[in-house]
Amino acid sequence: MNFKSIRTIIDKEWAEVFKNRMVLFTMIFMPLIFTVLPLVMLYFTGQEMGDMGGVGTADVPAEFLSACSSDMTGAECMQVYLVNQFLLLFMMVPVIIPVTIAAYSIVGEKTTHSLEPLLATPISTFELLVGKSLAASLPAIIVGWISFGLFVAALPLLGVTKSVINYIAGPTWLLAIIIAGPLMAIASVNLTIFVSSRVNDPRTAEQISTLFLLPILGLLFAQLAGVIVINVMVMLSFIGGMILVDIGMVYLGTSIFQRENILTRWK
Amino acid sequence: MIEAKALTKIFEIKKGDDIPAVVDLNLSIAQGEVFGFLGPNGAGKTTTVRMLTSLIGPTSGQAWVNGFEVGKEDQEIRRNVGVLTEHPGLYERLSAFKNLMIYANLHDVESAEKQVEKYLHMLGLWSRRDDPAGSFSKGMRQKLAIARALLHEPQALFLDEPTSGLDPEAARLVRSFIEELGDQGRTIFLCTHNLNEADRLCNRIGIFKSRLIAVDTPANLRQEIYGRKVVFHLRALDPAWKKLIGTIEGVRDVQLVDQKIVVGMEDPEGLNPKIIRLLVENGADLLFVGELRHSLEDIYLQTLEEEGVIKDEL
Ligand SMILES: Nc1ncnc2c1ncn2[C@@H]1O[C@H](COP(=O)(O)OP(=O)(O)OP(=O)(O)O)[C@@H](O)[C@H]1O
Ligand SMILES: [Mg+2]
Repeated sequence: MNFKSIRTIIDKEWAEVFKNRMVLFTMIFMPLIFTVLPLVMLYFTGQEMGDMGGVGTADVPAEFLSACSSDMTGAECMQVYLVNQFLLLFMMVPVIIPVTIAAYSIVGEKTTHSLEPLLATPISTFELLVGKSLAASLPAIIVGWISFGLFVAALPLLGVTKSVINYIAGPTWLLAIIIAGPLMAIASVNLTIFVSSRVNDPRTAEQISTLFLLPILGLLFAQLAGVIVINVMVMLSFIGGMILVDIGMVYLGTSIFQRENILTRWK
Repeated sequence: MIEAKALTKIFEIKKGDDIPAVVDLNLSIAQGEVFGFLGPNGAGKTTTVRMLTSLIGPTSGQAWVNGFEVGKEDQEIRRNVGVLTEHPGLYERLSAFKNLMIYANLHDVESAEKQVEKYLHMLGLWSRRDDPAGSFSKGMRQKLAIARALLHEPQALFLDEPTSGLDPEAARLVRSFIEELGDQGRTIFLCTHNLNEADRLCNRIGIFKSRLIAVDTPANLRQEIYGRKVVFHLRALDPAWKKLIGTIEGVRDVQLVDQKIVVGMEDPEGLNPKIIRLLVENGADLLFVGELRHSLEDIYLQTLEEEGVIKDEL
């Protein structure tokens, strides 16, 4: 493994990608919206609940009570319930950003034929793949972490109570942001590489690859419908499943990312 | 320096639907030689370059570049060759300087910036170094792509149609640069479908269409191309006549084809009477005599119709 080559690729990808408005827009606005929305929601629900002088635990869907710690008031538990929906939106960041970067990068290299001279250098295809994967996923992971940090930091300013903050900065969310996020980023990059090898329009590659969001949306709707409650156990199983998906996707990515394959079979 | 033994690439589209792109290619190119690989569209030139630079694997056969075997020592080959690919494939949003820096780093070139600077100066692109490659003219892009192939000072250089699509002025600039590179003693494998370009730049030329049809120095090929050929149609042929005719001064070559003798020479008007006399003296029944004449283009195209060039004509 030649780290200089990998660094060179990452550097090159970033130099190119950050000149692309589409990519930049996605990278800035999506995390911003996903950070601001739950804050707004927490702010207004906090106000409202104050006005109403407290909401009983009876108002929270029964299935969800397990997610609340015993010292939470009904209103706090309600907030936790609502904010948990946003956790799943947050988890889309490490899917959407890498997909966007990788789609523009791979399809771009394909249409300008810039992969062939690159492949004629001593870099191994695995190093190239690692470089491209990191270049696409690191910004997403970092942006995800930063926006989560900002989100948590903003909570006390908006008058969110201590036990709600403790929940949000607690194991379920941390597992989701710190571990599940990067795992999803890896899988989505490899999926995008596979899709991009087959289509010639970055937007098409992007759209097909974002189908990868379906499992997350599934979780979101399952939770909204009260079928499941996202707690530490659910998150751990999700991570376990994601590791398996990653193994499959990395296998797919490396098998499609071979010199001969790229030059003779990519359409 | 560059060697190929029975090198073959067959693309399999579907089962039973094969495209033989390169068949049984045998080549031996010496260090410092500028070799022209001349062939029409779809001849398999790019496929050959890709095999020789370890980008794709041969279906069968072997090849060596700088002593490293294709398929076995691919990393060494990639370290030691420079390739100008069919499409320049530059990063259009990045500056010329950045484009080259990426490759200098991938090749782990020592003092990369100096090396990049050297080639930008050499190709007259220094003043445009900070402009995005996408803003360059076709000729400038091609020059940048050639610089990119040279940063790690490879001993063997593969150029896949370096002047195609360039206007005459840009093509002239690129050609004179290739000439310089040849003078520096690099081994150059130059794919082209431009006869005059190959003639001007190369020590030897291989005419190729899936198979190697002819290999020779441009001078010899030109002789073959421009030289005139006279056909003597006979009732019966005695192989001994070939040698006899060969002794006549001014005769370049003699071939026997079926009941005919094909004689290459510069001056048929002067030599034909001598040859006819000689043949008749030796008991030949001469039916008639005719001349084969070809334009440059004709010969090239006919050569491509595989080896039976003369046979088909007669
Ligand atoms: N990936 C591929 N799959 C199937 N067939 C291919 C592939 N690449 C090339 N071929 C076929 O192999 C033959 C040789 O192609 P190649 O590109 O090597 O020719 P070329 O001499 O470089 O032509 P040109 O002058 O047009 O560049 C062609 O018939 C082409 O269709
Ligand atoms: Mg070609």
